[in-house]
Amino acid sequence: MQHLDVILAMNHISKSFPGVKALDDVSFHVRRGTVHALMGENGAGKSTLMKCLFGIYSMDSGEILLDGKPVRFKDPKDALDAGISMIHQELQPIPYRSIAENLWVGRYPMKKFLGLISVVDHKKMRELSVDLLKKVHLKVNPNTALKELSVSQTQSIEIAKAISNEAKIIIMDEPTSSLTLQEVDQLFEIINQLRNLGVSIIYISHKMEEILRISDEVTIMRDGKYIGTWLSKELTMEKIIKNMVGRELVNLYPPKTNEPQGVNLEVKNLTSTNPRSFKNITFNARKGEILGVGGLVGAQRTELIEGIFGLRGVASGEILLNGRKLHIKHPRDAIKNGIALVTEDRRGNGIFGVLSVRENVAVASLDDFVDFHFKLNNRKLNQLAEANIKKLSIKTPSTKTKISSLSGGNQQKVIISRWLAVEPDIFILDEPTRGIDVGAKYEIYSIMIDLARQGKTIIMISSEMPELLGISDRIMVMCEGRLSGILDRAEANQEKIMELATQYM
Amino acid sequence: MNNILKKFTRGNIKDTLVDNAMYVILLGILIIVSFLRPIFLSTNNLTNIMMNASIRIIIALGVSGALITRGTDLSAGRIVGVGAVIGGTLLQRPDYAAKFFPALGDMPVVGVLLLAVTVTALLGLINGLVISFLHVPPFIATLGMQSIVYGLSLIYTKSQPIGGLKQSYTNLASGRLNMIVAQVPILILIAVVMIAIMWFLLNQTKFGKYIYAIGGNEAAAEVAGVNIVWTKIRVYVMAGLFYGLAGFLLAAKSGGATANYGIGYELEAIAACTIGGVSTAGGVGTVQGIVSGVLIFEMLKTSLQFLGVTPDLQYVAIGTVIVMAVAIDIRKYLAKK
Repeated sequence: MQHLDVILAMNHISKSFPGVKALDDVSFHVRRGTVHALMGENGAGKSTLMKCLFGIYSMDSGEILLDGKPVRFKDPKDALDAGISMIHQELQPIPYRSIAENLWVGRYPMKKFLGLISVVDHKKMRELSVDLLKKVHLKVNPNTALKELSVSQTQSIEIAKAISNEAKIIIMDEPTSSLTLQEVDQLFEIINQLRNLGVSIIYISHKMEEILRISDEVTIMRDGKYIGTWLSKELTMEKIIKNMVGRELVNLYPPKTNEPQGVNLEVKNLTSTNPRSFKNITFNARKGEILGVGGLVGAQRTELIEGIFGLRGVASGEILLNGRKLHIKHPRDAIKNGIALVTEDRRGNGIFGVLSVRENVAVASLDDFVDFHFKLNNRKLNQLAEANIKKLSIKTPSTKTKISSLSGGNQQKVIISRWLAVEPDIFILDEPTRGIDVGAKYEIYSIMIDLARQGKTIIMISSEMPELLGISDRIMVMCEGRLSGILDRAEANQEKIMELATQYM
Repeated sequence: MNNILKKFTRGNIKDTLVDNAMYVILLGILIIVSFLRPIFLSTNNLTNIMMNASIRIIIALGVSGALITRGTDLSAGRIVGVGAVIGGTLLQRPDYAAKFFPALGDMPVVGVLLLAVTVTALLGLINGLVISFLHVPPFIATLGMQSIVYGLSLIYTKSQPIGGLKQSYTNLASGRLNMIVAQVPILILIAVVMIAIMWFLLNQTKFGKYIYAIGGNEAAAEVAGVNIVWTKIRVYVMAGLFYGLAGFLLAAKSGGATANYGIGYELEAIAACTIGGVSTAGGVGTVQGIVSGVLIFEMLKTSLQFLGVTPDLQYVAIGTVIVMAVAIDIRKYLAKK
């Protein structure tokens, strides 16, 4: 591969934001027709580097050479025109418009109406779309509204867009974060095709197995600095982690110190109001236990716990806590009964982005801070936030900092603090470590185990098998809205989980 | 004020100017106009501006709750009209010849005030219920209410102007209270009390925190156990209450009322809130900002009159300033590239 020429050279890039040096003399070279993984913990500067390349940020110093020629993109359109495409972590399509319109937005094929006025050529747009969809193996009608597609199909649309742009370089930011295993395989097939056509892929991901499988070269960054570039075949997971974290992380999971006791939560025959969602779910959870919930995307795990928490309708079945039947219509009923939920979509329904860390911590427990039935005790609220910042070692300049300026791991800790303040018995966490870097993951696991040790019941949904196996006492697996089995820690392994996860398919 | 001074002494000048754009504009208007027309700075004129601003501040405070929760309230102005016609029709001089209710005796001012704000709070309640339970977007729900309320006001007043208000009522607006150092108009005192109440509600109560939480991220608020329906209903009821008081004072100030009172005030109030930094994307806004926004608006209007700008041209100037002011102010929220 050493003989392949460098298509993109980013040399000595530096970029500062008020108070932070986000990129410090970073160099990054990508060869033609290769998959180049860019790795590093959150906050290492991967996204900033890519935003500098893509013209979203302007760099303070350094140069970018594309095919040997110096370039400097002033906005994403400039970068697109030069053959660089970016597939974002959070896809940003136009859900209510057709696939074809999404593919060609901003560069619709035009024709002359009555030989005079330029209008969109819908017929041509459809034909072009059909060709494009074939290239990414999508069998859908281009007139379909985009919102009808799954996440992975939507992603394929983005890739199709990049292909039609004749992209020489495609940046993929966490492309597999919400894909099933089969969908990942399909994505990799497309990536391989693109590579064979001479397209270079910059692949940003936290998932090391994937990176070792798909990439040719790996560049690792840490704290805004360039650490090194290696051929993937020379790398191991241990070596990657060591370079990302800057120290050897001996254990990925903290020691299990919790001891499951008696059953406190019983769920019996719980069935959703939506016929396509969960049905007849019966399970229990014990005090001091971490109950993992595994399954593929679409197994209705999130829907189930949102049903328990009162966010979604439940048609029949019952929920008992310490033998007492619960009537949960709204999340606030669940909270009153001692159930807390850390949601999967942190930005969507977790954080209040425009509000401070303090407000984000306090919002669920304000009832406990009211003096004279009316006035909030702001001093106590501050103490609450400060105590939690200390307890969970949240990295934030102050309690007044906007939560959106913290890293994902620290935002997650703020949300956990929010729930600690209401002192729940049942702690449900939906994909608690998604998009969080290795070091912070370990801290989140420690917090969970610690809570279980204090006698709380932890229910953790996770799509990462090593994580499920690493910290759960039991693993409950769902498939297509049904409960396919519950495995004990001692007997569980990846094969058994996979078998249960596909049992009803 | 201390805060503003602190802000000015730190960071570089350009950032400081941008971050405090509203106060800079306010100061700029004051300096230019008082230089060209020294009489602008007379106590009389400034009191006049403050009195005009007082009623508008109360309306803006009312609408701000809706704005912060990502809603809006287009019925504000017409509900102000309701407050005005209730006050006007029930508090005429007993000996006034063209009395609206000839048989009506002498009514207590406070009693009528309570009646007026009860009626307007009910109108707000209907807004809140329609928005929360029927899920009609606030823009449309309050647009409908705007038309309905205006119709009802016209029916109630038989489209007649009301005059001859009794002095104990008009005194609310023209009267002054001896505050040791100066004779302060009661109207301004009422506005100050309402500002204090709103500041307390927004900053010191659960209700206030929930308003910001809902505006910041309604889905997250739901998960955190915030009672969204109840909070929103309270926001619109409170708004109705504020409008009713404003309308009641507006009639007292002008010595009469018609169903047309308050028309267009909702847009002025929304503009003033936005100038004052209330984000239309929700979750952001302070009482200080809202008050500054209204003051800037009122000062601008008076300044233009002082500078001899024709009324037609004043509309053009005011519109331009609203857009420019927000364009400058919004810079501090834009991500720095």
